[in-house]
Amino acid sequence: MKNFFRIFYLIILLLTGSLQANAAEKVELLKIDWSFKGLFGKFDRGSLQRGYQVYTEVCSSCHSMKYVSYRNLAEKGGPEFTEEQVKAIAANFEVTDGPNNDGEMFVRPAKLSDKFVMPFENVKAAQAANGGAYPPDMSVLAKARTGGVNYIYSVLLGYQDPPSGVTMEDGVYYNKYMYGNKIKMSKPLSDDLIEYNDGTVASEEQMAKDVVTFLMWAAEPHLEARHKMGFKAILYLIILTILVYFSMKRIWSRIESKV
Amino acid sequence: MSDQEYVPKSKFGKWFNDRLPLLTLASHLTEYPTPKNLNYWWTFGGILTFCLITQIVTGLTLAMHYIAHADLAFESVEHIMRDVNYGWLIRYIHANGASMFFLAVYIHIFRSLFYGSYKSPREIIWIIGIIIYLLMMAAAFMGYVLPWGQMSFWGATVITNLFSAIPFIGEGIVNWLWGGYSVDNPTLTRFFTLHYLIPFLILGLVVLHIWALHIPGNNNPIGIDVKKPSKDTVPFHPYIVIKDGFALLMFMIVFAFFVFYSPNILGHADNYIEANPMVTPAHIVPEWYLLPFYAILRSVPDKLMGVVAMLSAILILAALPWLDTSKIRSAVFRPLYKQFYWILVADVLILGYVGAMPAEGLYLLIARVATAYYFIHFLMILPILGFKEKTIPLPLSITDPVLAGFPNTEMVKKKESLN
Repeated sequence: MKNFFRIFYLIILLLTGSLQANAAEKVELLKIDWSFKGLFGKFDRGSLQRGYQVYTEVCSSCHSMKYVSYRNLAEKGGPEFTEEQVKAIAANFEVTDGPNNDGEMFVRPAKLSDKFVMPFENVKAAQAANGGAYPPDMSVLAKARTGGVNYIYSVLLGYQDPPSGVTMEDGVYYNKYMYGNKIKMSKPLSDDLIEYNDGTVASEEQMAKDVVTFLMWAAEPHLEARHKMGFKAILYLIILTILVYFSMKRIWSRIESKV
Repeated sequence: MSDQEYVPKSKFGKWFNDRLPLLTLASHLTEYPTPKNLNYWWTFGGILTFCLITQIVTGLTLAMHYIAHADLAFESVEHIMRDVNYGWLIRYIHANGASMFFLAVYIHIFRSLFYGSYKSPREIIWIIGIIIYLLMMAAAFMGYVLPWGQMSFWGATVITNLFSAIPFIGEGIVNWLWGGYSVDNPTLTRFFTLHYLIPFLILGLVVLHIWALHIPGNNNPIGIDVKKPSKDTVPFHPYIVIKDGFALLMFMIVFAFFVFYSPNILGHADNYIEANPMVTPAHIVPEWYLLPFYAILRSVPDKLMGVVAMLSAILILAALPWLDTSKIRSAVFRPLYKQFYWILVADVLILGYVGAMPAEGLYLLIARVATAYYFIHFLMILPILGFKEKTIPLPLSITDPVLAGFPNTEMVKKKESLN
């Protein structure tokens, strides 16, 4: 048994070692307690709904979210809007469909099964409208940056005046947490920029927290199901391991040798 | 192997077994005499079999939904993650399964190094193992390319470009590998094909690996030859089966923890950005399990020599049974070798660490020293040690030390070397 703990210990040591090797960070990121972290981590439903509001009213004018469908907004483990609400949301957007029986393309309101409508036709159009910078798609953004949610939260709140001696070109902004400190996105959030439907005070921090929560869900729509199943799976494995341990002891007691 | 011939009890069993001796095989596998002093380091063979089967089963399922096309691969992976029932679970098991596979194989290899399992008469088992390990690296590398993220694309570009170091024909080989003049759709489709093929090659080699193992039987922590069957051995079933099962369950707990609670921690964030040939990532880093070799590659200033060094670092292992001149297998009875063994372990860990760091300044210096030591260990220390070392006398059989409480003193010694 002692042998076993040593193996266990070595595995942990190895893994943490390799992790530290991967996480070479310079600036300490802002950190808050995310409700979705930890063994039983779940999304804060209110925060997800508010986050969706921030995304539609602020981010979505430049950032697409092409892998998320409107129906996802009503699914379990997500913002859990009602189906009627989501149908109404989708109906606000127009998609080009077709060709119809006459061979013509036509425009219709979006349906539940449609993916989020993109703000620009293509990457080139997005770049042309944004001074050459492509606003990244936000579907998996929370997983696509080292530091993840903390990084995005920090960038949203990291806008500062450039330190003396540093001059910024036109359309480039100084951000404490951005790689190279230069970002082509102007400061997106400010106090009371939007009015929350649920009456929450729309402070900068509140909006940043809500939209990052929403981004995390968009990147990992099955996170809650994963945490739930994980707990059950590991509990099951632990119980089975204990039972097998005692069976093993019993079997090995037939011979004079230790396990 | 078993001394008495197996005879099926039923008439049909006998009829069948005369034509295809499957029952004899099953009997051999259950009766297979195994040294009874095997410790938990020996359970990783079974764990690796589990890893291989898990990868094949989850991989087949993923292949039903994945689309190997440069424009669709990334999207199809997101489709798996979002819309396929339990697709996220299958993909996370497969992705983390690769890391778990390598974790287990490294423990398996280092167990072999510690207890001298590669020595006569087990050289063929060892060499087949090295081939399996090489194929595993190829499969893992190509598998990492399939999601067609930024690291996939640039990792593939860096690694395939290594072949351009070959004089005269290098460029041609690289274009042949790519199926074009850059990493693109033809590269992706052939990588997918090979990624699908290699696991089955590995499976075949695993059968040979086990077959070759069953000729001399298992080595053991004492490293002496064991009479089979005798009071030094136990039948594989139920003794080893239950012990391997217990260890496998412990392993699965660690595995499950990664899959369910930090599925992306062993990957690189950049691979969630779709491949873009116009944008190079700041640092191109391979997966953690390839880092030591990546460090060796980068520590040599010349490209061709770097590739040669990296390949030799792996191939040198195949010559190990002849480089190690000591007749004593287990490090338990080789006080000097034991110390060099732990230095080698530290050396490889250091190589892995600097492999993840930018190749400059102090990191580069450390990488060079560690690379040099790696080769010195195998080419100089091991051959000389076999002649110079004063070994501890071996026990006559494993039953004596087991009954005399030997494992405890062994444990104390090992603990000392750990600290």
